[in-house]
Amino acid sequence: MSVGAATRARLASPRLPGFGVSLGVTLAVVGSLVIVPLLALVVVVARAPSAHVWDVLSADRTLAAYGLSFGAAALAALLSTPLGLGIAWTLVRYELPARRLWDALVDLPFAMPTAVSGIALTQLWGPSGAFGRWLAPLGLEVAFTRAGVVLALIFVSLPFVVRTVQPVIESFPRETEEAAASLGADRLTTFRRVILPALRPALVSGATLGFARAIGEYGSVVFIAGNVPFRTEIAPLLVLVRLEEYDYAGAAAVATGMLVASAAILVILSRRGALRHG
Amino acid sequence: MTLEASAVSKTFGKHKALDDVSVTIREGELVALLGPSGGGKTTLLRVLAGLESPDAGQVRLRGQEVTRSGPHARGVGFVFQHYALFREMTVFENVAFGLRVKPRGERPSEAVIQKRVHELLALVQLEGLAGRHPDQLSGGQRQRVALARALAVEPKILLLDEPFGALDAKVRKELRGWLRRLHDELHVTTVLVTHDQEEAFEIADRVLVIHEGRIHQDGTPDALLTRPASPFVADFVSESAIVHGTVRGSGVIALDEVASLEAPVGARVALKKVHIGR
Repeated sequence: MSVGAATRARLASPRLPGFGVSLGVTLAVVGSLVIVPLLALVVVVARAPSAHVWDVLSADRTLAAYGLSFGAAALAALLSTPLGLGIAWTLVRYELPARRLWDALVDLPFAMPTAVSGIALTQLWGPSGAFGRWLAPLGLEVAFTRAGVVLALIFVSLPFVVRTVQPVIESFPRETEEAAASLGADRLTTFRRVILPALRPALVSGATLGFARAIGEYGSVVFIAGNVPFRTEIAPLLVLVRLEEYDYAGAAAVATGMLVASAAILVILSRRGALRHG
Repeated sequence: MTLEASAVSKTFGKHKALDDVSVTIREGELVALLGPSGGGKTTLLRVLAGLESPDAGQVRLRGQEVTRSGPHARGVGFVFQHYALFREMTVFENVAFGLRVKPRGERPSEAVIQKRVHELLALVQLEGLAGRHPDQLSGGQRQRVALARALAVEPKILLLDEPFGALDAKVRKELRGWLRRLHDELHVTTVLVTHDQEEAFEIADRVLVIHEGRIHQDGTPDALLTRPASPFVADFVSESAIVHGTVRGSGVIALDEVASLEAPVGARVALKKVHIGR
């Protein structure tokens, strides 16, 4: 604890060499890549007639798209969390054959063009696809439904959970598990009462990252979603639809709405995370 | 409660950690396993605990074979060098853990748990700190929590792996005396691993010197000091001091007075190396 305090004190010290340079670089990068473009967005909205902005934002189609984007992203993040935990646990704790290959595969959704994964998912889960073919007789559809949207978002958010939790599992001391075993706890109890609480902060931040990524995801979703307004149309697609109609103010309004809502949710999530540690 | 290991061997890769080792720990004893690091003493302790299973040989508890059973089934309490406390739990919950994970039929009521944990915290002199988390405690306090946690399940045998190894010299000395008094009070059969010969001699009834996977000597601290069984033991256990003297005549060396050598009157001194010069 005293070590942590000492580190903090050192970091906060104004005499830290290179402080001016690093602050300058940070501000320049964040400013030019993030703040200026977002500010431009807000300026477009501010200049537009407010009645038009209000019409766009309160339209049923916009609200439906927001609901789908945030709802599906939240559901995907919630489902990715146990899945990602399972994958990370397996990668760390079991001697899988070709473990490095499996490990590298986890990163693939990061690297693959999202459109490619979107098309692949659509092929697999479509009515005549390898998976969809078996679901169709049961009356279940994934492609071109909201379930398809959630599936595509799980695909993009899963690696965030795996990569956030994996190092924490790796560094979890074996002795702590041995201590629990020596006190009579079985494997399940040890996992539930000792390991899981230690992983919780990483799980929360992995889920938050996955959620943030899923809100803005476009490429992989638009192929599998079918993009039916009011049903399977996500908010990022609606921005594009408005742009194609040359309604720049409307597009900016939809985007700004997403921005404000995402920022609010992420701030709340990170504050809750910070409080738990406080 | 006799704990016996007979003809135990254990190899890690190419390193032979234990080579045909046999020991008997008798009821109520406090035994120290002493030796340089990497000599196999921790492996022997882990084999006795059931945290490691030997490649060859047997472990028996009260004559019953327990070679393949875990630490809890053996009724063994284990204390780790780096405490291995549950970081997410309070001191109270750490100590209560072993009671809370008992199977439903044997689990004590909440009132009994409260009473028992407070008794244990009083025993390790940490009554006021029940609500703290491990990272708010000093090293010495953490190790006392670990000890209380191990004692909560009333182990028949207490095994301690370098319990004071991570503490500074002053705290180490205090805890050493305290552990000896605790042992005299509770009479729990105790085995302690240490590389510090002063520690072993100060608190143990019997010391086993372990080096390169073998037991070099098994005896009381006194026997080890006065009758070392091998040059290795003599070298490892003896206090080294330089005593100057003058040759007075044939076969007679008069030693200068040494104020710093702490030895009781009547203690015998062995000269290991004599350097002759002018």
